[in-house]
Amino acid sequence: MTEAASPLPSSRLGGTEVRKISKVDIGLKRRYAAERRFRLYGLLAVTIAICFLAALFSSIVAKGYTAFQQTRISMIVDFNPAVIAPDGDRSPAAIMGGNAFRFDDLIAASLQKTLEIDPNDEDALYDGLDLLSKGSAPMLRSMIAKDPSLIGTKRNVDFYATGDVDSFIKGSIRADIPESQRLIKDKHIVLIEKLEKEGALRLAFNTGLFTNGASTRPEMAGVGVALVGSLYMMMVVLVLSLPLGVAGSIYLEEFAPKNRWTDLIEVNINNLAAVPSIVYGLLGLAVFINFAHLPRSASLVGGLVLTLTTLPTIIIATRAALKAVPPSIREAGLGVGASKMQTVFHHVLPLAMPGVLTGTIIGLAHALGETAPLLMIGMKAFVVEYPTTPFDPSTALPTQIYMWATEPERAFTERTSAAIIVLLAFLLAMNSLAIILRRAFERRW
Amino acid sequence: MGPLWLLALIAGLSFFGFVLGRWKSVVLSGKGRGTLAARPGYYGAYVLIWTAMPALLILVALSIAKPFLVDHTVRANLPEQVLSNASQLSLEISGVQQVAAGLKLATPEELENIRIGVVAARSVFARHGLPLGADVKPYQLIAAGALNLVSDGLDTAVDAAVVAALAFGLIFAFVRVKPRLRARNLVENTVLALLIAASSVAILTTVGIVLSLLFQALQFFSMVSPANFYLGTVWDPRFAAAGSTESGQFGFLPLFWGTLYISFFAMVVAVPVGLFSAVYMAEYATSRVRSIAKPLIEILAGIPTIVYGFFALTTVGPLIRDYIAMPLGLGTSGNNVLTAGLVMGIMIIPYVSSLSDDIITAVPRSLRDGSLALGATRSETMRQVILPAALPGVVGAVLLAVSRAIGETMIVVLAAGVAARASLNPFEEMTTITVKIVNQLTGDLEFTSPQTLVAFALGITLFVITLGLNVLALTIVRKYREQYE
Repeated sequence: MTEAASPLPSSRLGGTEVRKISKVDIGLKRRYAAERRFRLYGLLAVTIAICFLAALFSSIVAKGYTAFQQTRISMIVDFNPAVIAPDGDRSPAAIMGGNAFRFDDLIAASLQKTLEIDPNDEDALYDGLDLLSKGSAPMLRSMIAKDPSLIGTKRNVDFYATGDVDSFIKGSIRADIPESQRLIKDKHIVLIEKLEKEGALRLAFNTGLFTNGASTRPEMAGVGVALVGSLYMMMVVLVLSLPLGVAGSIYLEEFAPKNRWTDLIEVNINNLAAVPSIVYGLLGLAVFINFAHLPRSASLVGGLVLTLTTLPTIIIATRAALKAVPPSIREAGLGVGASKMQTVFHHVLPLAMPGVLTGTIIGLAHALGETAPLLMIGMKAFVVEYPTTPFDPSTALPTQIYMWATEPERAFTERTSAAIIVLLAFLLAMNSLAIILRRAFERRW
Repeated sequence: MGPLWLLALIAGLSFFGFVLGRWKSVVLSGKGRGTLAARPGYYGAYVLIWTAMPALLILVALSIAKPFLVDHTVRANLPEQVLSNASQLSLEISGVQQVAAGLKLATPEELENIRIGVVAARSVFARHGLPLGADVKPYQLIAAGALNLVSDGLDTAVDAAVVAALAFGLIFAFVRVKPRLRARNLVENTVLALLIAASSVAILTTVGIVLSLLFQALQFFSMVSPANFYLGTVWDPRFAAAGSTESGQFGFLPLFWGTLYISFFAMVVAVPVGLFSAVYMAEYATSRVRSIAKPLIEILAGIPTIVYGFFALTTVGPLIRDYIAMPLGLGTSGNNVLTAGLVMGIMIIPYVSSLSDDIITAVPRSLRDGSLALGATRSETMRQVILPAALPGVVGAVLLAVSRAIGETMIVVLAAGVAARASLNPFEEMTTITVKIVNQLTGDLEFTSPQTLVAFALGITLFVITLGLNVLALTIVRKYREQYE
């Protein structure tokens, strides 16, 4: 290739030879230029594809990495028994009941103390309360209900700042745009600066992102419930699709006679692998929900639908793994008197197992990211509570991402990206596991 | 007993049967009554199968039959004028089911009071934590009573049948365990039957898809004629208001146009990039470059489509709107055909490239070597020898990619928009078949209204289109492979 690129030293040759060679040479030049162009197109195509990948990842990481930290406002709260339990009843039921606003009063009191607000200045108090998440009072209430011994003490409590304050601290709401277009007003900025000076405002690791459920307030929203829902679904998929897939493939690969019926199954499996996933969602809706009356939004139904979508992948991988086991193994087994069934289950299947597991993990990873069929069976519910069984309404990681993606607030965009990072991390872990398994157990025959 | 208890009982007794059968075979052979015809474990499994199988079959069959029998009983006990009102029938039946659930909660004393009419059933149920929407009508009480009677009776029958089957199977198989019994044959035949059943799940899925979609779609086509659906140019389904007879317009063509237009842009991105990368990987790249670049490109196929959708919505869409559409004055929306097509194209690159790579490397080496030996450069060999030879396979790969683009959902749901219109301007919002399936099926579902059922008509159309493309593509690829084998 290198000598082709450099032109021939035609000038040193004399007379007729020059003309002859240069004729060929002109053609060669053109042809080699075309060759270089063609090669360049190829390189360009590969580069473009990799650039797309890089753009995708960097855009999501750039939008999402900030969500792993969250702005907290820590204040000393006076757990005043006269406010919390005016009638002296400190049972959790009494704390969860009664006038809900008394906890707002507690917060207001500690805010007034922290920001040194004049108790009669109501406007300043409300400006200060604007900074705190609207979920603060319920948070305080359940905190006290869980541990009634707090009553009567003074304790430092970390409150969530609102999503807008959080965005401001992280710099995604900038102070230099006109106040009228800004979600954080000048009066708030003054208060924020005051809090920062006192050390009450800080960025902490966002544990709520991993433990909380759905919420309309971005600062209180998390993927914890969705993760549990996805976990339940993956368990259902694993329990159903691994045995079904392996059993089906063993029959097709080892026992099935070559006839029309098995041909039909074969063509069928290849086509099922290419059916749009949303069609599986329609099937799930019509059969599992409308016909069998299974509960809507339950992770059991999600798992069933995802089992059907993953089954072709697992069958194709398992059959490839079984095919890779050399016939000599089978012949040896049969030769020493084992039945066909014994040969398959005692010798062929164990040897094919690494391949089967790799295929299963890749199938599961695919199922974990599947979204469209879950929307069909109603797994985009607003779920705050952790599901305790697969029959409870739940949501899944990808559907949680879908629901957040359509929220306009900057704080939600950040969380969506963070949820995507979590999802991609899971996928990466699963695929790496598959690769490690393959490397560790791969046998060349 | 609930089904879970029954299952636990079956599992426990089967295990017991296994131990018993194995033990008997060992003991008998130890007493010198002849050598065993199979290993002891098979005798255990023999008893296990005889214990579990009949009981499980009975349990499954009766559990499937129960809802139909109960439904039949309820209908038989409802008065004529209720039955004749077909549209309200399902509501009435669920009402009866609620009353039946309430009757189970009430104490015998309260039941007596309800029967003689001293207290209203509704207030009794409310006291037990079951608020009803309306007062209980007398015929509902009668039907609910019959329902409870039949359903309790069935439950008892199931329990009795399962226990009888368990006992019979266990004893029968245990008695038959003798050293000369060929236990392995039965065990292996049962396993084979299970394997066959597992392999036909794939067929069942296809049948399920076709039947469920077809059934609902036919219901839709009884309300909206297929001609109006497939040839309609206006998509305006209206809202499914309760009791409204207004059906709106369900024109398929604008959705189809949006789908095709977006897929076209996806192909414009994916085919050149995918094909050229495949060529580069197969022909020019050193093995080191290939070992890095190939997995990187394949990562694109492993990323969930919701991630692409979000990328399109938050990054690509605004970029195209601010830097291309707005300056040209062609559109003001971040949701547009170009965004969806571009991002979908990125997603499809690896499908095109890895399939084309396989196909290019499958072209016999002799063709390539022959061309190179004649003095052709590598690019000339590729363009004039290998690609023409691989063309059918590449076409198959592209068709598979098109089918994937048509069925893709999440990218278009987030990035293409919801307005059904047929226009040539790629900076406008358009919508696709899949988007409308999602739109029509979120929120309250009413399986009698065309607004919900249209999703199934769209679904079966989508299924037929993609299936046709897949079958065509697979046939082409298979023919092509045979050509060189």
